[in-house]
Amino acid sequence: MLKKITIEPVTRVEGHGKVTIHMDDKGNITQSRLHIVEFRGFERFVQGRPYWEAPVLVQRLCGICPVSHHLAAAKALDVIVGAGTGHGLTATGEKMRRLMHYGQFFQSHALHFFHLSSPDFLFGVDGDPAIRNIIGVALTYPDLAVQGVMMRKFGQEIIRATAGKKIHGTGAIPGGINKNLSIAERDEFLKGADPLNADKMVEWAEGALDFFKNYYAANKDFVDNFAHFPSNHLSLVRKDGALDLYHGVLRAVDTEGKKILHDIDYQEYADYIEEEVRSWSYMKFPYLKEYGKEKGWYRVGPLARLNTAEFIPTPLAQREFEIYKALTNGKPNNHCMHMHYARLIETLHAAEMIRELLNDPDLLGNDLVVKGTKQKEGVGLIEAPRGTLFHHYRINDDDQIVMANLIVSTTNNNEPMNRSVNFVAKAVMTGKEEITEGMMNSVEVAIRAYDPCLSCATHALGKMPLEITLVDQDNNIIDRKRSH
Amino acid sequence: MTKYKRVLVYGYGNPGRQDDGLGAAFISKMETWIVNNPGIRINLDCNYQLNIEDAEVISEMDLVIFVDASQEEIEGFTFTRVDASSAKVEFSMHAVSPAFVLDLCKKMFHDAPVTYLLHIKGISWDFKEELTKTAEENLEKAFAFLTNEILKGDLLAIETN
Repeated sequence: MLKKITIEPVTRVEGHGKVTIHMDDKGNITQSRLHIVEFRGFERFVQGRPYWEAPVLVQRLCGICPVSHHLAAAKALDVIVGAGTGHGLTATGEKMRRLMHYGQFFQSHALHFFHLSSPDFLFGVDGDPAIRNIIGVALTYPDLAVQGVMMRKFGQEIIRATAGKKIHGTGAIPGGINKNLSIAERDEFLKGADPLNADKMVEWAEGALDFFKNYYAANKDFVDNFAHFPSNHLSLVRKDGALDLYHGVLRAVDTEGKKILHDIDYQEYADYIEEEVRSWSYMKFPYLKEYGKEKGWYRVGPLARLNTAEFIPTPLAQREFEIYKALTNGKPNNHCMHMHYARLIETLHAAEMIRELLNDPDLLGNDLVVKGTKQKEGVGLIEAPRGTLFHHYRINDDDQIVMANLIVSTTNNNEPMNRSVNFVAKAVMTGKEEITEGMMNSVEVAIRAYDPCLSCATHALGKMPLEITLVDQDNNIIDRKRSH
Repeated sequence: MTKYKRVLVYGYGNPGRQDDGLGAAFISKMETWIVNNPGIRINLDCNYQLNIEDAEVISEMDLVIFVDASQEEIEGFTFTRVDASSAKVEFSMHAVSPAFVLDLCKKMFHDAPVTYLLHIKGISWDFKEELTKTAEENLEKAFAFLTNEILKGDLLAIETN
């Protein structure tokens, strides 16, 4: 008898996803799929709106990653207003955006590590679910929980200072930024009372990394072998090969580290990347055209970025990068759980970048915006915390948006997330008649490693619980488990 | 009698998703109301959704009123005390509930404010930046209720200048 297990997030409105795992009558896993019901209405929503509204409008796309969408849209519109890409802005404009972006990275990665991942590390993947959560962390490791909250708060305050406010931020505008940083704001971030200052954030980021390295030393087999499979990797890199989360050229490497996308100008992304539609999922499957659907899929996000980048341009993160790269002898790292490791190196890098930028007098400058010859089309790429984010707009003679195409990070990771689920399902569910809580969490751990934003992918309204259903070959439900 | 010195009214939701913007619309009205009632000392905040750092934010308050849009089958609006023991752990932690924020606050800071949720019935959740007529009406009712409670000084005895 063929069985099917379904893991289904139930969201507040239309966006939702589920994992379906097929099992034959001998208990073998025959197929696993992550379905995400993607609502593509947003691209239509912005059509007809004046282009300059896009950086504010797109924040409505996702309440989780508004800064990433805000900046990706602004970068696309930089091209449309003739300011060029990336370094075409004034020093104040570019550095204020970078500060906003690193603030977003810092708070997003801290949230993921301390409050999503650390419960699995502290209590075990199959630990008691009653305490295997942030509430359990707060009770058992209160200092760690408070650190996570305060790191997140520091990042949010950076965003507030650069974007203007937490909701409907207007900081980035086509061609630049609409405010500089005041001396008072700068001094507060640099010299504020502990713990809310840049030095403490760097210290805590180092501490989080040490925490993971200690965990790794004690759990090497699990960290190295959980959902480990080869893949291509794609991200922006600076022209000299440095890790750059805000701007650069688009590079992809294969599982051996060979470049398969050669530092292209991302304005031409459509010449290199295709999106496949599969009947069983509304979320598309991007791949590199040259290598086709079967061989051209790739990972994005922290793991991919540390595979494409040659070095990290801040000293503490670079030191950790060298240790990390030595684990795979300099070759690309394909260990799913090493995404947590890579994410924490990026967290340290973000903290260092924030401190470096805060000491840069350009942030206090008054030359905020540049304009040039207007263009009809622009592409903005940014490395969002979860991976490469594409925004592409075309306008008409009346300055209205007539075409918008977005490829969000979670969509870029669609294929690898599917493969991770399949890997874990085979490992933990083969031959099982019942879904245990530990099995369900193992599947969740695989998905969570990518830090997917189903809200971005589905345009849902925040809540993303998860449900597993076991179904036989006739689609009869055998078992069902749900987490919130 | 003044019971609460530090008060926060915190609206959340996505104003780009039609009636999900009820929380933000409520805060916008409160801003105007406070200007016209300068003796009232209330802090206001607004975000797309609640998250863990809000546990630290509310830890500094005596009274917190969360304001959110509701999809539940309620009549107009509800005003209920938030019970930390009803907190559920979310799969993603990308958004958390008022009960979760309150529970986390208690666990981390060993104290927590008196917390209420003002839930306002919404109707439609499309990509639009305007409330439906019904949601507007519910907003008015909820706003009148809360400001009246504040002015009465009974349930919500907030310190005034």
